[in-house]
Formats: sequence, structure tokens, C-alpha cells
Amino acid sequence: MGLPRPVSNFPALAKAFAENSIRVGAIALDREHAIEMAGELLVASGRSTPEYTESMLEAVSENGPYIVIAPGIALAHGRPSEAVLEIGLSLVTLAQPVVFGNEANDPVRLVIGLCATDHSSHIDIMAELAGFLGDAGSVNSVLNAVDSDQIRLLF
Amino acid sequence: MKIIAVCGMGIGTSVLLKMNAEKVLRQLGIDATVDATSIAIARESRDAQIILTTPDLVDQLQGLPSEIVAIEHFFDLEEITEKLSASLL
Repeated sequence: MGLPRPVSNFPALAKAFAENSIRVGAIALDREHAIEMAGELLVASGRSTPEYTESMLEAVSENGPYIVIAPGIALAHGRPSEAVLEIGLSLVTLAQPVVFGNEANDPVRLVIGLCATDHSSHIDIMAELAGFLGDAGSVNSVLNAVDSDQIRLLF
Repeated sequence: MKIIAVCGMGIGTSVLLKMNAEKVLRQLGIDATVDATSIAIARESRDAQIILTTPDLVDQLQGLPSEIVAIEHFFDLEEITEKLSASLL
């Protein structure tokens, strides 16, 4: 890019989204496919192993589509385990919205993947994530981004 | 007063819910802490006055002494305010 960038508003997010953790305009066939892509990005960015992706899928098959936390937004995650190498986030924007089965908030256009090593050390990241996803303007900018660099500039 | 926010694992969804619920409680001037926890632990707990969770998990939490408040849109502070006020005030 080469452009000077302003001071980060979300320094913990900027760190949590490692290189190769963001994918824009993906085509997912169904919710499992969408969750898998978020998991694969955590693996590709060095934050988890493929076993963790399996636990992300199990969480949804066990407890249902509660992970769709707001209109169009899913937060996919498994439980802290040895499959988590380091705290991390991933992000997938979907070219076509996908139905997850959540009546209030379907269809999903944005999937955030999360892996954490325990129940508390990612709290600063979650606080920033709540602020970021709670802002409709930020979410729209993510959904309209044409590449991952545009999304990174938002953090 | 004890309030718990519950999701499947206790690390993602429930943590976001905890943060926004605490924001709302501060605005309402209510002194309460919100703990994020997994559904397995929540099912064993008897001391929470209110359980905040998502509509999908309500059925699994029936039978506890706590009042269950289901939130659909986790970033909608108005929804959280309205539902928490109805339970608390």
C-alpha cells in the first residue's frame, strides 16, 4: 500500500488477525463450509491446527446456530485445547449470504473465527471485537471491502 | 447480584454478551457483575439471578432457579437494555 496509516483504533484486533487470516468474497455452499473456511484461515495464519476446525464444526452441530450473534454475523469457535497454538481471529466475507438456521439473524454474510488458549487471556481482543462489530459502519466497510488490505485498514 | 452470560464454550459468544450487558448495567446504574460461562457449567450453577443467553440455548437451561433472558442481537444495546430492565427493575 505504501500509504501512511492513522494510529490503530483496535490494536488488539490488528495483532489477532495474523497474516493470511482474512478472506474476502468467498463462496460457501452451506454453514459448515463457511465455518470450515474460517477454521482453515486460523490454520493458514499459524494460530491453530486442523483439529480445531473440527471442534468449531462440532460446536454448531451440538448447540445449534447460536453463533449467529447479530444480523448477518457469525462468531465461529471451538473450545480452548492443544489444537490452539496462539490466540487468533480470522474473517471471511461471503459473496452470497448463507443460511445458518438462526431465525433472528440469518442469512450470514460475515464469519469471524476465534481460537483462544484459555477462558480469560483474550478478553482485550473480545472487548475490541465487541466495539468493532457493534459499529454498523465498520461492519458495512468490512462487507464492502474488495480485498483483505482494505479490511486491515479498519483496525 | 450475579448474572451469567452463557454460550456453548464460554469463550466467544458469551464474552461478547457479557461485555455489552455490563455496558447496559452501568448505564442503568445497577451494580452487578456478569460472568461468561459455558452451558455445561451453567447447568450446574444455582446461584445466578439471571442467565443471559441466545434463544437457541434456552431449552437446555430450563429447570434452573435463574430467570432466563434470551438476547437475539448481541450488539443491540436497546434490546439488552429493554430485556434486562424488564427483569431487574
